[in-house]
Amino acid sequence: MATSEVKTSDPGIDPATGEYRVLGQGQTFRSVTEKISRIVLTPHTPLGWFAFFGVGGAVAVMLLTAVTWLFLEGVGIWAITQPVAWGFAIINFVWWIGIGHAGTLISAILLLFKQGWRNSINRFAEAMTIFAVVCAGMFPLIHVGRPWLGYWLFPLPFTMTVWPQFRSPLLWDVFAVSTYATISVVFWYMGMIPDFGTLRDRSESKIGQYVYGILSMGWRGSTRHWMRYETSSLLLAGLATPLVLSVHTVISFDFAVAVLPGWHTTIFPPYFVAGAIYSGFAMVLTLAIPLRKWYHLEGLVTERHIDNMGKVMLATGFIVAYGYGMEVFMAWYSASHWEAFMMWNRMFGPMGWSYWVLVTCNLAIPLTTLWSRKLRTNITFMFLLSLVVNTGMWFERFVIVVTSLYRDFLPSSWGTYRATKWDYMTYVGTLGLFTALFMLFVRFLPMIPMNEIRMMLPGAKITPKVTAKAGD
Amino acid sequence: MPPREGTYGLLAEFDNPSDLVRAARQAREDGWRRMDCYTPYPVEEAAEAIGFHRNKVPLVTLVGGLMGLTAMFALETWVSVLAYPLNIGGRPTYSWPAFIVPAYEWTILWAGLSACFGMLALNGLPALYHPLFNAPNFRDGATTDKFFLCLEALDPKFDLLEGRAYLESFQPTSVVEVEY
Repeated sequence: MATSEVKTSDPGIDPATGEYRVLGQGQTFRSVTEKISRIVLTPHTPLGWFAFFGVGGAVAVMLLTAVTWLFLEGVGIWAITQPVAWGFAIINFVWWIGIGHAGTLISAILLLFKQGWRNSINRFAEAMTIFAVVCAGMFPLIHVGRPWLGYWLFPLPFTMTVWPQFRSPLLWDVFAVSTYATISVVFWYMGMIPDFGTLRDRSESKIGQYVYGILSMGWRGSTRHWMRYETSSLLLAGLATPLVLSVHTVISFDFAVAVLPGWHTTIFPPYFVAGAIYSGFAMVLTLAIPLRKWYHLEGLVTERHIDNMGKVMLATGFIVAYGYGMEVFMAWYSASHWEAFMMWNRMFGPMGWSYWVLVTCNLAIPLTTLWSRKLRTNITFMFLLSLVVNTGMWFERFVIVVTSLYRDFLPSSWGTYRATKWDYMTYVGTLGLFTALFMLFVRFLPMIPMNEIRMMLPGAKITPKVTAKAGD
Repeated sequence: MPPREGTYGLLAEFDNPSDLVRAARQAREDGWRRMDCYTPYPVEEAAEAIGFHRNKVPLVTLVGGLMGLTAMFALETWVSVLAYPLNIGGRPTYSWPAFIVPAYEWTILWAGLSACFGMLALNGLPALYHPLFNAPNFRDGATTDKFFLCLEALDPKFDLLEGRAYLESFQPTSVVEVEY
C-alpha cells in the first residue's frame, strides 16, 4: 500500500514495498533466533530480574498472608457487608479478567485480521492473559466464604445429590472463565511448541535440552506438521474470538441481570468488552515498554507497535466513553426515579470523587492525547498513560460495584463502603503474584514467538528465480 | 511397519526457502512421493510442492465442538428437568435459552481442545526421537535458519547413489545420509 503523501525518506518505511516497517532493519533468521533465545538460555540472570522477582514474590507472600487470615476468619475481615456485599473481590476479579482480554484479542482477533505486527507482542500478551486469569479466578473462589467447598460450583455427582442452577449468570461465569483459562493455556502452549524446539536445539546445558526437548514434544518442523499446526492455530483463533467476547459479556450479565439501578442495563455487554480491551492494551504497554528496553528488543517491538496499540486504545476508549454517556442518558431518558438518583449520587454523592477519577483517567487524559502521533510514539508518555488507564479502569469497576450498591432503593438501608487493610493486601498481593509469574515467564520461556517473527523477515520471501550462489 | 534399521533417507540442506520449494516441486514432478520438507517456520509453498493440500484438523475440531455442545446441553437438561428441578421465579424447568450460555462455552472448550490435541495426534507428536535428529546439520538448522528436503528410503524410486546425485543437481549446501 504505497501512499504518496508519505515521504519515502522516512526510515520507518520500507523503500522496496512502500509499506510501514514493523520490524527493525537488517535482521536475519539467525540474528532474531539468537536474540530471543539468548534471553532464556543465558546462564547469567540480570540483577534487575532478581530485584523484580524478589519484590513481586515478597508482595505475593503478603497475598498468602491475607488469604490465610481470610480462610481462618472468614470474609468478615473484608469491608463487605449489607448493602455493599460485593467489594474489592469482585472489582478485582472484573479488572484482572478484563486485562487478560487484550492478550486474547492480540493473539486471536488480530491473527484473523492478518495484522502481522501482532507477531512481536502476542506471546507475552498471551502470558499476561494467563497470569491475569490466575489472579482473577482466585477472587470468586476466596469470596465464596467456604472455599474448600468451591467444587460445589461444578456439576459433579457428589453424595448430597445437589446440582447447580443453570439459569444463574453466576454459574455461566464458572463455565465462561474456566473455558477461557483452559483455551488460553492451550493456545499459549501450542504457540510455544516450535520455539521449544528451537530452544532444545540451541541449549547448551543438559537440563535445558531435556526440559525444552520434552516441552517441544519432538517438534522437527516438518511441512506436514506445520500445515496442521497452522490450521489448528487459525481454528483456535477463530474459537477464541467469540470466546473472549462471550466471557466479558457473561461477566456483565452478573450485574445486568440484577434489578439494581446502575446494573440493570443492556449496554453492559459491549461496554464491558470494550473496557476490557482498553485496560488490557494499557497493561500490554505497561509490560512491553520496560521489557523492550531492558532486553534491547527495540528492533522487534518497535515504535510502530506502541503507536498501533495507542490507536486500539483510542478506538476502544471511545466505545467506553459511549457506554458512560449512555448510562447518563438512560438515567434521564428512562424517567426512572431510582436511575436518576443513582446517577446523581454516583457523580455528586459521598463517593462522587471515584466517578471523577474514572472520567479523568479513562476519558479526559487518554482520549484527548492519543490523537497525536507524536505522543503515541513517545515511549515515556505511553508508559505513564498506560498506568493512568489501568487506574481508571480499576475505578470504573469500583464505581459500578460500590456506587450502585451503597445507596439503592430504600434510604433506611443505605450504607457506605470503606475497604479494610485485608482488602488492600489482597489486591496489592495479586499485583505481586502477577509480577512474580511474569518474571518467571520472561526468564524461562521465549517471550517473542521466534517462528512467527521469521515469517515476517525479508528472507522469507519465495522468489521464482534461481538465487545466484557464491562460486557458481 | 517400516524397517527400523539402515537408511532413513537423504537430507538436502538449503539456505533459503525459494531453493527448497523449487527442489521439492521438481522432485514431486519427477515422481517422488515419500518426502518431506523441514523448515524453521511454516512455508505454505513447500506444502503445495510436496502435494500436501488438505488436513483433517478442521473435521476433528468440528466433531469435538459438537460433542461439547451436546454433552453440556444434555447435562443441563437432565440436571434441571430430572435430577434436581428447582423453581426459579416460576420459570419452566426446561428453560433452554438459559442453557445456551454454558453449552456455547463447552462447544468452544471441546473444539479448542480437539484442535490442539487433534493436531498433535495427527502429527504423531509427542515423538521425542526421530531419525532426522541423527543428521549432524539438522538440529542446528531446522529450527533456526536452514531449509531441508528429505527423500525417504521408503520411496520406491529411492537409491542411495542416484538419490544423492539427484539432490546434488539442486545445488544444496549439503546432502547427508540419515540413518535410523
